Amino acid sequence: MIYDVTIDGKNYRLELVHRDGAWDCRLDGRQVEIDAVLTRRDVLSVISGGKSYEIRRERSGNDTHVWVGITRHAVSIRDPRSLRGRIGGVDDEKGPRKLLAPMPGRVVRLLVEVNSEVEVGQGIVVVEAMKMQNEIKSPKKGILKKLAATPGANVNAGDVLAIVE
Amino acid sequence: MFRKILIANRGEIAVRIIRACREMGIASVAVYSDVDRAALHVSKADEAYHIGPAPAAESYLRMDKILDVARRSGAEAIHPGYGFLSENARFAQACSEAGIKFVGPTAASMEMMGSKTRARQEMEKAGVPFVPGTSRGLISPEEAEQVAHRIGYPVMLKAAAGGGGKGMRLVHHASELRSALEAARSEAQRAFGDEEVYIEKAIVNPRHIEMQVLADEHGNTIWLGERECSIQRRHQKVLEEAPSPIVDGDMRRRMGEVAVRVAQAASYTNAGTVEFLVDQNKNFYFLEMNTRLQVEHPVTELITGLDLVHLQIHIAAGEKLPFLQHDVELRGHAIECRIYAEDPDNNYFPSPGKVTLLLPPAGPGLRHDSGTYEGWTVPIDYDPLLAKIIGFGSDRKQATSRLVRALSEYFVGGIKTNISLFRRILQDEDFIAGRLDTGYLERLLARPAEAVTETAASGQEMAAIAAGLFALLDPGTSNTSSDASSTNGSHSDTADSHSNWKRTGRQESMR
Repeated sequence: MIYDVTIDGKNYRLELVHRDGAWDCRLDGRQVEIDAVLTRRDVLSVISGGKSYEIRRERSGNDTHVWVGITRHAVSIRDPRSLRGRIGGVDDEKGPRKLLAPMPGRVVRLLVEVNSEVEVGQGIVVVEAMKMQNEIKSPKKGILKKLAATPGANVNAGDVLAIVE
Repeated sequence: MFRKILIANRGEIAVRIIRACREMGIASVAVYSDVDRAALHVSKADEAYHIGPAPAAESYLRMDKILDVARRSGAEAIHPGYGFLSENARFAQACSEAGIKFVGPTAASMEMMGSKTRARQEMEKAGVPFVPGTSRGLISPEEAEQVAHRIGYPVMLKAAAGGGGKGMRLVHHASELRSALEAARSEAQRAFGDEEVYIEKAIVNPRHIEMQVLADEHGNTIWLGERECSIQRRHQKVLEEAPSPIVDGDMRRRMGEVAVRVAQAASYTNAGTVEFLVDQNKNFYFLEMNTRLQVEHPVTELITGLDLVHLQIHIAAGEKLPFLQHDVELRGHAIECRIYAEDPDNNYFPSPGKVTLLLPPAGPGLRHDSGTYEGWTVPIDYDPLLAKIIGFGSDRKQATSRLVRALSEYFVGGIKTNISLFRRILQDEDFIAGRLDTGYLERLLARPAEAVTETAASGQEMAAIAAGLFALLDPGTSNTSSDASSTNGSHSDTADSHSNWKRTGRQESMR
């Protein structure tokens, strides 16, 4: 299996094959000796070169992180054979960008009207959770094409609140 | 002694009180709102009753419903915990009229202390040192301007009914005063149903140190040592410790004696906390009295060896304090970290949601008071406090190193928490040296986190390998994101990392 993995913005090509109970692992073409056990969901024990790592996966809202010991790494993983994976994703500067709810909460108010121009970092929607109000800001400069949020509605983490093009 | 106690609260504090009841052979009664049916306190209690919809005003703040449950269940006492109805004199009064013992002070003591302006008037009479300002609510913006001018800027506006930083504003210049007053008033009105706001001189870079007191109903009042609570954010305490790194035996005794005087002036009974502001010359000023069990009570329990909730219940049952002031001995050092559902990458904004993974810390010198479990969905309606971990050691250094160790074991998945913040605080030079004040945390957070080290580079490679291993071994089919997509169906076309995990995993399992 081949993956393109991005860790904290740095790209790696990872090749992983599980054969006869052992892992054949290559990172950017370099052989890495590993022994890995999934100890429970989202938790791995990896031994490499005599060193033991407890690795935990954090999945929340819109993103995934992997903790190696006490250090948190932003992770994205793609299968290079999959067309979808190659397209990239939400980080594309051109084209529409989605405004996603970073946490569950309740939409309190809308700060901008549909079809108006917005700047990067301009507040678009206010979401309240646990008695705190949070302005969800535009990811790019452009036109507010769609406003999916309505005041009073509950939203989940990752819900699309608006689209800026 | 009571046979049955109702706990008018939720979360970790309800669990903590239920545990004390069980230890004392007392039956416990939980109450819960719509969104708390699956909450930990409900399953830990002996009995549980539904009291209404999610908003606190329709459930945990409904005195009538709670008293009705007490009557129906035959509870003889109500423990209010902290927050909600804990400092509501009307509730204490209503309990007393219903013939149900309120585990806390009398309505009269609470009224005196609950209004910060009235407390100041009484303390003035008792000769307690306090910060210059008004002892009455401000009548007009003009009055505020006059007083501020007289005592000098910066000034602090505070809600008379306040607590936890709500209805509080620091004002540096006369030009900001009017809008700050208006904001403080409306916040106070919303939070406490009372818009009375008073003014105080703001002490620059103060420490916040508080003294625990206990008073029985037979006139005995004692102090149990201080807690250093200077590490705060938005006026919310984040980390507390006992003893304070700057308080010596003499200062502790003086603070303790003032605290006892404060409690006696209010004819106070049960557990309470007298809060002080301490200036750079170690002068201390009375700030307010919290007429309830504090969130941070465990640090005092660990260094005194006492159980404050047990003692609260014994006192409420009319028993005498089982020891005297000179029997109280402090031993060791304890530090508490408040684990909040907050996103460190989003300015510590609350982050409720489903806890998909929970790896609690364990081992020597550690206490974990939690209201959370794996699989529980933290509701959006309440305080973001998930749990508290308290490290205990023979000295401050050992308590700190135990907490650092425990934090490296602690892991909460599915929602964001502030766990990483504590690693940063506990290893910070100023924290280690005990150089703390209420501005400490804001300053720490304004500094960029340490640069990436070499070990982090090898960590990145391991993270890359782990990402592939997870995709193969644990593609994952259920998490918050898939919950979101199932409710609004708008998530399936998002090419974010999340769906990539699942997609890659799914493709792999089909091959």
